[in-house]
Amino acid sequence: MAWGGLKRDHYPMATLRFADEARGLLASRPLANVLAVGLGRSYGTSNTLSGGALLDMTKLDRILSFDHAAGILRAEAGLSLNDALAVIVPCGWFLPTTPGTRFVTLGGAVANDVHGKNHHSAGTLGCHVRALGLLRSGGEMLELRPGDPLFAATIGGLGLTGLILWVEVALSAINGTNVSGERTAFHALDEFMALAAEAEKTFEHTVAWIDCASTGRAFGRGIFEAANWAQGPLGEVHAPAPALSVPVNAPSMTISHPTVRTFNALHFRVKKAKSGPFRQHYSGFFYPLDAIGKWNRLYGARGFHQYQCVIPEREGVAPVRDMLDAITRTGNASFLAVLKRFGARRSPGLLSFPMEGLTLALDFPNRGALTLELLGRLDDIVRAAGGRLYAAKDARMSRAMFESGYPDADAFARFVDPAFSSDFWQAVSR
Amino acid sequence: MARRGTRGTNAARIIVLGATSAIAIQMCRVLARDGAELMLVGRAALRLEAIAADLMARGARACHVSVQDLSLAADAQRLTAGWVANLGGKVDAVYLFFGILGDQEAARSDLAELEAILVTNFTAAAHWCQAAATILEKQKSGGLIAITSVAGDRGRQSNYAYGAAKAGLSVFVEGIAHRLAPSGARAVAVKLGMVETPMTEGRNGASVLRVSPESIATPLARLARGKSKPIIYLPWFWRPAMLAVRALPVSLFHRSRL
Repeated sequence: MAWGGLKRDHYPMATLRFADEARGLLASRPLANVLAVGLGRSYGTSNTLSGGALLDMTKLDRILSFDHAAGILRAEAGLSLNDALAVIVPCGWFLPTTPGTRFVTLGGAVANDVHGKNHHSAGTLGCHVRALGLLRSGGEMLELRPGDPLFAATIGGLGLTGLILWVEVALSAINGTNVSGERTAFHALDEFMALAAEAEKTFEHTVAWIDCASTGRAFGRGIFEAANWAQGPLGEVHAPAPALSVPVNAPSMTISHPTVRTFNALHFRVKKAKSGPFRQHYSGFFYPLDAIGKWNRLYGARGFHQYQCVIPEREGVAPVRDMLDAITRTGNASFLAVLKRFGARRSPGLLSFPMEGLTLALDFPNRGALTLELLGRLDDIVRAAGGRLYAAKDARMSRAMFESGYPDADAFARFVDPAFSSDFWQAVSR
Repeated sequence: MARRGTRGTNAARIIVLGATSAIAIQMCRVLARDGAELMLVGRAALRLEAIAADLMARGARACHVSVQDLSLAADAQRLTAGWVANLGGKVDAVYLFFGILGDQEAARSDLAELEAILVTNFTAAAHWCQAAATILEKQKSGGLIAITSVAGDRGRQSNYAYGAAKAGLSVFVEGIAHRLAPSGARAVAVKLGMVETPMTEGRNGASVLRVSPESIATPLARLARGKSKPIIYLPWFWRPAMLAVRALPVSLFHRSRL
């Protein structure tokens, strides 16, 4: 089931435990019948397949080799980033970039070409993949490397180009398990732009939280954080499992306009008071939400929509301002609004989401047509600005929106393995 | 094949019979984190090699593999001695994980199926246990840990062949524990409840009682060096649960489809 919890269907599922079983599982599949899934952290429809079978990859999670000296990790696709970190961090290595949760698989991270707070300095994960093993439904076992067209299609290819069996990634060296940096409150979007531009010169990681329930003079305020890895010692690895977990779906009122408004105002004040230098463990900096298991249940039984877009650099901050304006004007508010400037480093992936410019990530409790109407308005702004939406977060992207955002979509479609599909792909492909 | 890691020399030396089992894999990861030296035995060479590489990356001091069909136990004594020699002449624990659930329905009429269930789960297993016991007794230390099943606690129409073999193995290992007691070596039969493995995939049963291999990996790994009773239940709640199942009156039990 997808993380957004909009649909709660169960799909037939087969489990892959050893790589040598894969050929048999794929053999004689009907067309568009299978999709590999990992830990189910994609929010919408890119990890579901109505009428097809899912392939659970999480048990195919062996480390094939780990070169301590060179920092090269080759592992089966189902290895979670959580497990990978437990092995590489004590040896002084970290993932070249990481999404905001470590409960995703390596294969899923490649299939979505994930990005992180260091995108402006490191690019996407796909920029650091040295090789990957892909099994096509016809039985061909391929070892793909950068430069190969099928490699480019598979990076960010949403698992549609075949079954990713293993991935080899170049790690980045760390001298300690803490990051240290600066926290700054800003009161307008222009202020954010100036802060980000300056910080990117000296900081590896930058990100901002926006209070998108604020209006009037407080409109566009938020907290900007920039950090670098701190010098030693190589201390503790993250706690393997969340200490707290949300046991059941919360009432739908839990995350609603009044609570979000109150929370955001409070959060802004608390963080503003903590402005200045900070130092914290990587788990708190990169993975704050991983401390709470099943936090998606806070949005209640109807689930929620994530919405992440990127606006090209040339458009500046104006489209983001228009989007925030549209949100507050319609009485909506996003609980976790995140703003980040992507850098110029291009990913090899044909369907890779990031491009140089501003990315805004939002989430909205599902209120049916009301929510969809707002998201439609946001779409208009993104499309007019020449931006695109992130498939990993999406449950409703239209074909038009997909085609306008991804100029390489046609080139990509030629590489799709005929046995593979997803609800997302069914919705956007021709 | 032996790969050398970087950990200290006080590593536990472990033989795992049936190392490609989903539960064995998770337990070996726990042992690897503590820098154990492992001898992995099973049928599938490629799978054993992949598991060994993974365990090395996760901290194992060394990992050896031996390809062997464990349902054939004629050479158990000699092979076990050879594996102990590969580990440097001493072993801290021998784990027995291999087993087959078989097809109870088919075993009603198909004698070959019935025999496969009984031979793999009991006869062969007993031979391997006996071989391990002899070595442990001689070195006056170490433990034999055999995986059995709560299915052996009361015969049920759905799996009495498997249950009977596992019941037999539990008693066999209990006897070995008695035999080894004066020497200082140990033996324990671990009665597992339902675990999410390929063996139980697609089978019905109360899913709330089903646990993941990961969740029992640490208690299993602890048995390598820790003291324990000759028969334990894992997870613990299966002891009272099976007590209740055994206490069910026949009139009631025979009306169930357990």
